[in-house]
Amino acid sequence: MQLTIKYLGMLAETTRCSEEAHQATEKTVSELLESLYRKYPALREKDFQVAQNHRLVSTETELDSGELALLPPFAGG
Amino acid sequence: MNRYSRHILLPEIGEKGQKKLLEAKVLVVGAGGLGCPVLQYLCAAGTGTLGIVDFDTVDESNLQRQILFGSSSLGQNKAMAAKRRLEDLNETIAIHAYPEKLEHGTAVELFRQHDLIVDCTDNFASRYLISDAAVIAGKPTVYGAIYKFEGQVSVFNYKNGPSYRCLFPAPPQAGSIPDCSETGVLGVLPGIIGSMQASEALKIILGIGQVLSGKVYCFNALTLQSRTFEFPKSEFAKAEKIINDGLYAPLPAYCDDSVPTLPLKKALEMERVQFVDVREIHEEPKTPITNCVSVPLSDWNSQLKKIDRSKNIILFCQSGARSRKAAKLLQAMQITNCFSLKEGAQEITAFFNNQFL
Repeated sequence: MQLTIKYLGMLAETTRCSEEAHQATEKTVSELLESLYRKYPALREKDFQVAQNHRLVSTETELDSGELALLPPFAGG
Repeated sequence: MNRYSRHILLPEIGEKGQKKLLEAKVLVVGAGGLGCPVLQYLCAAGTGTLGIVDFDTVDESNLQRQILFGSSSLGQNKAMAAKRRLEDLNETIAIHAYPEKLEHGTAVELFRQHDLIVDCTDNFASRYLISDAAVIAGKPTVYGAIYKFEGQVSVFNYKNGPSYRCLFPAPPQAGSIPDCSETGVLGVLPGIIGSMQASEALKIILGIGQVLSGKVYCFNALTLQSRTFEFPKSEFAKAEKIINDGLYAPLPAYCDDSVPTLPLKKALEMERVQFVDVREIHEEPKTPITNCVSVPLSDWNSQLKKIDRSKNIILFCQSGARSRKAAKLLQAMQITNCFSLKEGAQEITAFFNNQFL
């Protein structure tokens, strides 16, 4: 399954890209996150929510093709 | 009403809408990058009562983006300085300055005296305090937050809609997200995001358009791309839940400088040093540091004996969040010669690789 993964805010600094294509063999969001943690170990320490096709989802959610965005909170004002 | 003629000409607003604005009471928390444009437009629009909460004073480094202030306001309290500028902009409305910190003891009562709250703060402790107090007081909140070139906008507690905790249930781990004033920001970015907050506030007061409730709008100034994500209401949007779970309580300050941090360069210059890797054993990359022991945070107590108390202890992990936590644990044991390294494992490895090229 073809996915586009978007990294917002400071997460793009951790992964050094704001977007990447991913050929997913994972079944759920949490399995995909484990793959991303292996690729980007520092991501494990970050706080973020996951949005699948523009909707926030829980980590147990089954992966769907399309876009997965990692959204961190911002404090600045 | 000549002042508001361009509003009144709009059929969506008219004299009726302008009257709603003149009767509205809005509290803006934070008169910084976001607060300045929010206050400026709400004041010009004729918001009848404007409250401004800010304990901070105007610093020269604020002038790059905090457009209500100038050289003449340096050193003055921001709420008071903003009030002075706004009174010149529109002397017909009531402006109240609260030159103090928003506190748990008084926030709910202060919120109850207003129709709408605008969150223009710059730290997580205040953002959770505002959201929880607004849920308890039953007031809608217009949220805005910025990071470097990116911003977020949302509306919480609108007609029993989702709250900040429905979007981000708990504050982030200390140190995982930059807080306070350690990051730079494009000066115009809070102008854009703050203007959007002002627009949402006006829509709520006027009852027009579609309010950004249950959605978070994300903007990137570098690409001029924006995306909107939907999120559902959770149990955290209920006042009973917040009160019963004890969530409405003071949060630790995130500008926590009680843990001394050290850049790698300085650490390498120190004598009698022991590096401690607090990551899990399987985590990559392994660093080239030789005087280093592994004490994973998950197995802290049983591996603690590996730490040599007679040396300067330099803790590191991937980003600095876990090493700060470890430093706190050591401090609690009265071990004070410990430091959290600024750099993470990846940067440490890169530093050594570059040095020996």
